Amino acid sequence: MAAEKHTDDYTGIETTGHEWDGIRELNNPLPRWWLWTFYASIVWSIGYWIVMPAWPLVSSYTTGMIDYSSRALVAERIEEARSAQDVYAAKIEGAALSEIQSDPELLEFAMAGGRSAFAVNCSQCHGRGAAGAPGYPNLNDDAWLWGGTLDDIAQTIAYGVRTEHDETRVGNMPAFVSDETLTRDQANDVAEYVLSLGGREHEAAAAGRGSEVFAEHCAACHRAGGVGNTEVGAPNIADGIWLYGDDKETILETVTYGRAGVMPIWADRLSPATIKQLAVYVHALGGGQ
Amino acid sequence: MTDEQPRAVAGTTYGAGALLILGAVLGLFLMARAADPVMGFHGFLFVAFCVLGVYWLIARHSGGDADAGRAAAQSVRYNDAVVRAGVVASTFWGVIGFTVGLVIALQLAFPVLNFDLPWTNFGRLRPLHTSAVIFAFGGNVLIATSFHVVQRTCRARLAGDLAPWFVFWGYNFFIVIAATGYVLGVTQAKEYAEPEWYADLWLTVVWVVYLLVFLATLWRRKEPHIYVANWFYLAFIVTVAVLHIVNGLAVPVAWSGTASYSLFAGVQSALIQWWYGHNAVGFFLTAGFLGIMYYFVPKQAERPVYSYRLSIVHFWTLIFLYIWAGPHHLHYTALPDWAQTLGMTFSIMLWMPSWGGMINGLMTLSGAWDKLRTDPVIRMLVISIAFYGMSTFEGPVMSIKAVNSLSHYTDWTIGHVHSGALGWVGFVSFGAIYFLTPVLWQRQRLYSLKLVNLHFWVATIGILLYITAMWVSGILQGLMWRAYDTLGFLEYSFVETVEAMHPFYVIRAAGGALFVIGSLIMAYNVWRTIRGDLREEDSVSSPQTIAAAPAG
Repeated sequence: MAAEKHTDDYTGIETTGHEWDGIRELNNPLPRWWLWTFYASIVWSIGYWIVMPAWPLVSSYTTGMIDYSSRALVAERIEEARSAQDVYAAKIEGAALSEIQSDPELLEFAMAGGRSAFAVNCSQCHGRGAAGAPGYPNLNDDAWLWGGTLDDIAQTIAYGVRTEHDETRVGNMPAFVSDETLTRDQANDVAEYVLSLGGREHEAAAAGRGSEVFAEHCAACHRAGGVGNTEVGAPNIADGIWLYGDDKETILETVTYGRAGVMPIWADRLSPATIKQLAVYVHALGGGQ
Repeated sequence: MTDEQPRAVAGTTYGAGALLILGAVLGLFLMARAADPVMGFHGFLFVAFCVLGVYWLIARHSGGDADAGRAAAQSVRYNDAVVRAGVVASTFWGVIGFTVGLVIALQLAFPVLNFDLPWTNFGRLRPLHTSAVIFAFGGNVLIATSFHVVQRTCRARLAGDLAPWFVFWGYNFFIVIAATGYVLGVTQAKEYAEPEWYADLWLTVVWVVYLLVFLATLWRRKEPHIYVANWFYLAFIVTVAVLHIVNGLAVPVAWSGTASYSLFAGVQSALIQWWYGHNAVGFFLTAGFLGIMYYFVPKQAERPVYSYRLSIVHFWTLIFLYIWAGPHHLHYTALPDWAQTLGMTFSIMLWMPSWGGMINGLMTLSGAWDKLRTDPVIRMLVISIAFYGMSTFEGPVMSIKAVNSLSHYTDWTIGHVHSGALGWVGFVSFGAIYFLTPVLWQRQRLYSLKLVNLHFWVATIGILLYITAMWVSGILQGLMWRAYDTLGFLEYSFVETVEAMHPFYVIRAAGGALFVIGSLIMAYNVWRTIRGDLREEDSVSSPQTIAAAPAG
């Protein structure tokens, strides 16, 4: 640092004597508080290394004084949470659905668990408030495609609709027009009839012709008068509740191409106790039978 | 030496021309044999780059020397032309990058703005935004300022005649390849290192030339010592090269195709990625921009740097400690506990070395604090140092595992990044651009200091809206994710947490819009200054004039 002496006029502090493009540097010492805070952070870190797993060795690492392991800790916490719920979970697993409903304590637990499981697993399709969306049934009303008793609901949740499982719900809305079972005119007439059943605006003459088509091709599943059949998942089309929509275009689409909505198998992913809680929760949403 | 120079220049021109023609042939070959359409397109861009390069060489060779006029006025014949190009490119990419950021902020608030098209999807535009602001805007600022600073503080002309231009054009070509690749769906899916293998190789070539130009200029310096800003620039260039090469190691699926497989897998890949990612922050966005601070703050304030000793100690501690901190991005993952511990403790120890830069920057103003009132450029630089101090405190706090368990994966991280990116990197760059424009184009001062003042306030309010919105939404998000009811069930579904974010996403987008408006004000001001216009303004001291004059 052999450079000429130079002192800054304003501060009266000596500079290093160098100058780069007009820039000089003062010869101030390190700020004390800065230095001591830096030392403190080093001391703290060394302390942390002594307590916690820290430095890699050849084939292992320094494990620290308290044998900390984040993996063991999370397993322990999950186990704690599980065992806190175990009492109820075990009772629910052993109880019939109707027993859960009549036991206030179990019911409270099942409703809380059902609400949480619904939010995580079901709300994506059925909506957060279970109000459904086109193609995904509203679970708050009285209309049930596959039955609205506790056991019906539990079965639908567990094995799903149109899945690979042996106990799945099955039923099929055929593609009447693209299969050439019905002509386009017949489809149009039956759509008008369906609108009349649902109490929507319709063309009377076409609906009259449609009623005959309905009797021949549709009533086997949807029953006379369109009241539906939960055995095969055929919706009630006279109750003013529409799964896909209440406009003629949508109804024609259904008659023409058929429908085959799917609900997944949940028995693979959720425990029996959780499925029971979900069944109780969904049953209680409003329309349980 | 002066006798040989013209012949040497001509020689390198022919050499460069031959290389460019060879490159064009390679590009044509790639176009013909491309395994996928994007490679064909990028082959075409390479041909265009090479052909334009040849044209540029011819035009340059037959045209006069634009800098000849200034040469007489300067004791050293500085290469300012490439720095001017860098300032224009920085301003351009800044506006683009901030605007894409605003678009994706709006997409998060209103998903319909994804338009259901692959090219406009958030997933493709997000890397476009991050690369445009970090590498296109930040990178051009770093290249331009480092070329300026190294010349002035070494009193030596930039080494090489074509090499600095190759660095500038080559780097910007890399950006075009990366950006078009993202939009067309080409990515190696490593955050902040998304460009595929062939773009990585090109950048490696450009970067090595950059390093050589910088080193050679230092080598021929006429000052006995290397100024501190240059240490930071050099650390930035060297470390980024190492990070880029190691993290980019990959095996292409086909030599003529865009896809590749990374050399690393699983947790090793994650660790390498965040060793890269965190040090991209540390050496690109911190060390590089500290280089900017160490030159432009004392120049604009016309005060000596506060402490030489502090600059040495915080430089070496910063670069030694930063390189270890990456694992704090992988807390509570498959990464072994010991690595998490090291990542966290080194981040804590990094706090004071980071703050050394803040102290040196702020204390340099002692004796010039009154300029905060009169000089909006100094105000911008000082606020940038304040944001630097804030985010380098927030960083170590967030690296603490207990804090991280709440903050990780939430918007808090996004807010943290942006207080550093908008506040520190953005403002220090704006300050440098405002300083450089009148100097490089030899104007009396900027077109308008009032517009700088307006830019300052609009952008500052924008940043504050942005980071406060992200603090609230981040903490809310973290708390909602971990909320349990009394019976031990999760309180909220994921979609409910998303819904709760909506108002904050709108506020964030509003803040981002202000920041974009600020950058447009700057672009206008820079453009008018370059044109040589002066806005009539009363009672404005003109520090630019003083700064441009020889210091005494």
